[in-house]
Amino acid sequence: MIPALRPKLEFLSPALVDQILGEAYRILEHTGVFFENEEARALFRKAGQNVDDDSQRVRFSRRLVQSALVSTPASIELYDRSGNRSYRIGGDDVHFDPGSSGTRVLDQATGRERKPETADLVKIARLTEVLSHLDFQSTSLVSADVPGEIADDYRLYLALLYSAKPVVTGTFRVSGFQPMFEMLCAVRGGAEALKEKPLAIFDACPSPPLRWSRLTSQSLINCARAGIPSELISMGMTGATSPATIAGTLVQHVVENLAGLTLAQLAQPGAPVIFGGSPSSFDMRQGTTPMGAIETMMIDCAYAQLGKRLGLPTHAYMALSDAKTNDAQAGFETGIGAVLAALAGINVVSGPGMLDYENTISLEKMVTDDEICALALRLVDGIVPREEILAAHLFENFGPETNFLTMPHTRKWYRAEHLLPIVVDRDPYDTWTAKGGKTINDRGADRVRALLAENPPNLLSADVASELRRIMETDARFNGAGPLPSLPA
Amino acid sequence: MTIELFSAMAKSVVDGDPDKAASLARAALVGGVNAAEAIEKGFIPGIHEVGALWESGEYFLPELIASAEAMKSAMAILRPAAAGAGAALKEGTVVIGTVEGDIHDIGKNLVSAMLAANGFEVIDLGADVKLSAFIEAARKSGADIICVSALLTTTMLNQRRLVDLLVEHGLRGRFKVLVGGAPTSQKWAEEIGADGYGENAAAAVRAARALMGKERS
Repeated sequence: MIPALRPKLEFLSPALVDQILGEAYRILEHTGVFFENEEARALFRKAGQNVDDDSQRVRFSRRLVQSALVSTPASIELYDRSGNRSYRIGGDDVHFDPGSSGTRVLDQATGRERKPETADLVKIARLTEVLSHLDFQSTSLVSADVPGEIADDYRLYLALLYSAKPVVTGTFRVSGFQPMFEMLCAVRGGAEALKEKPLAIFDACPSPPLRWSRLTSQSLINCARAGIPSELISMGMTGATSPATIAGTLVQHVVENLAGLTLAQLAQPGAPVIFGGSPSSFDMRQGTTPMGAIETMMIDCAYAQLGKRLGLPTHAYMALSDAKTNDAQAGFETGIGAVLAALAGINVVSGPGMLDYENTISLEKMVTDDEICALALRLVDGIVPREEILAAHLFENFGPETNFLTMPHTRKWYRAEHLLPIVVDRDPYDTWTAKGGKTINDRGADRVRALLAENPPNLLSADVASELRRIMETDARFNGAGPLPSLPA
Repeated sequence: MTIELFSAMAKSVVDGDPDKAASLARAALVGGVNAAEAIEKGFIPGIHEVGALWESGEYFLPELIASAEAMKSAMAILRPAAAGAGAALKEGTVVIGTVEGDIHDIGKNLVSAMLAANGFEVIDLGADVKLSAFIEAARKSGADIICVSALLTTTMLNQRRLVDLLVEHGLRGRFKVLVGGAPTSQKWAEEIGADGYGENAAAAVRAARALMGKERS
C-alpha cells in the first residue's frame, strides 16, 4: 500500500537555516551569553570556556556547543504516572498540553477573570485527564490560596494527585526544585526509576536578550542531573527584547537555547533537553505580546525547523489566544496555531485552554480546544489509502440504488477517517435553535460539567498521596505558610 | 531666527533625533537663548506633537521612545542652565524600577519612556532594584512619585513591602506610589495601599498626572 504523505510545513530555505545557525554560533563565540549562576559559570570554566565573572559573560567555543548537541538525545520517552504508558517526544510527533502558569482563571459564572484557587487547579487536572487529545497535563494555574513562596510545588502536588498524565511544569525559585523532585521520586519509586522513566518536563526560561538567570540556570543543572527533561523557553519579543525581524529573532532564539542546552550537557552529558520557546511578535502600540499574532506563529514554526535541523525534540506555545473571552478570536487564533504547530511537527505544543497573553485559563476553552487539537492531529495523519484498492471495488455493482451508507466499507472506515466532534456545532438550524441557540462557550460549559460529573478523578494511590502530602506540608512549614487549603471531596 | 531654532527643536523631538536635539540645545546656550524658553517654546511643543501623533495612531512605540530619547538629551543640556525655571516646566519627578528578584523590565522601560516624553523627570533605577534603593533615590531627588513594576506573582509581593517600608520610615506621606506589571491590578493597588495603578504605559502617565494634579490642588 502507498504510505500516507505527512503534510509538513517549513518556512526556512536550507540557505537561510545555515545563515541563522552561522550567525548564532558567531554570537555564542564572540558576544557570549550572560549566566548569573556561579555554578553554571564554574561548569563553563571547567570546560575551558571564556568566562568573565565580573560581567557574568560566558563565551562559547563552537566545538563545545557542537559536542553538546551530539550528546543531547534526539528524542525523549516520557511516561505517565503508572509508568506503563509512554510518549515519544521526537521526530514529527505532536503532543498537546494545556498552556501553563496562568495567574487567572476565566470564571464561567461571571464571564470575568479572577484569581485561581485549589478547586480550579483540581478541575483542570481532572479535565486534562479525560480530554483525549491532550497527551500531557501542565501546571496550568498558579493557585492564589497558597503563598507565592510555595506556588510552584503546590501546582505539581495537585497535578500529580488528580491526573495520571505526564506533567509540564517548572520552578519559581531555586529551592522549589527539591520538593518537586521528591514528589516525582515518590510517585515513581525513587530517583533511579525517575531517571529511567521521566514523569515531568521542567520549563526553564532565559531572559531575553542573551541571559540565563540564577534560577533558570539552576533548574537546568538540577534537571540534567536528575534526568528530568528541560524545556528551553526563549522568549524574545520582536523589536523590544529581540531583533524586530523574524529572521533576526530566530538567531537570538538559537543562541539562547544552545547556551542553555550546553549548560545542561556540562551538568550531565546526555541530559534530555527540548528546543522550545515562547517568543512573540511585540505589539508596538499596546506593548503587549500577542501569542495569536501570525508572526508569533511563524517564529515558532521556524525555530522548530531549526531545532529539528539540530537534531532536537521541539516545543512551542501555540494553540492559544489573546482574546479575553471565548469569542471568535479565541477560536481562530487557537485553531490556526494548532494546525500550524501540527504541520510543523512540533513535539510539545502548550496552549490549549489559554487566553489573554498566557495569563488566563478557561475550562470551557480547554474542552473546545481539545477538539481543535483533534482536528490538527487528524490533519497531519494525512490522506491514508486504507486499502489496496481505494474505491474501484465499491463500484462493481454500481446502479441507481448504490448507497454508501449501507456499505460495510463505510462502517469499517468512517470512524478512522472522520472526526466526530461534540462541542463543535453541526446541528441543522432548527435543532440548534431548539437546543437553546447555544454558543460554543455555552456548549463548552455543558461539556465541562458533563465530563466532571461522569468521570471520577483518577486519584493517586493513598500511600503515595500521603507521602506527597508530607513533602508538601514540610515545604509549606519551612516557608512559613499556614495550613494547606483543603482538597475538594 | 529664534523662532526657526524653536521649530527645529520641536522637529528634532518629533523626528526622534537625540543628536540633533542635543546640538540644537547647545546652539541655544551658545547663542544666548534663555534655557527655560528653549525648553518651553522649542522642545515641549515637539513632545506635545508626538503625543498627538501617538493618539491619532500614527506613531508607535519605537517612534515614541526615540522622541523621548531626543527630549532627554536636550533636557540634560538645558535643565542645569534653566535652574529654578526648569522645575516649573516639568510635570514632576519620578523614581522608577522593577522590584527586587524580578529582571523583567520591558514594561517598566515603556512607562519610563512615556513619562519622560510627557515632561516628567525620570530616574530609572533599572531592574531587580532593592526596595531600599527606591527610597534612597526618591529621597535624594525629592521625587514626587515612586513607580514600582513587577512581572511575577512572587515578586509583586515586593510592591506591598515597599509601601510598608515607606510607612515604617515615616515617608508614606512624602511619596506617591504607582504600581504596574502583568499580575497587578487596580484592586491590588488598593489592597496594598498604593496610590495608583497603570494597566499600560499610557495609563501610567495618566495616573501619574492625576497624582500630580491632586498634589497641586
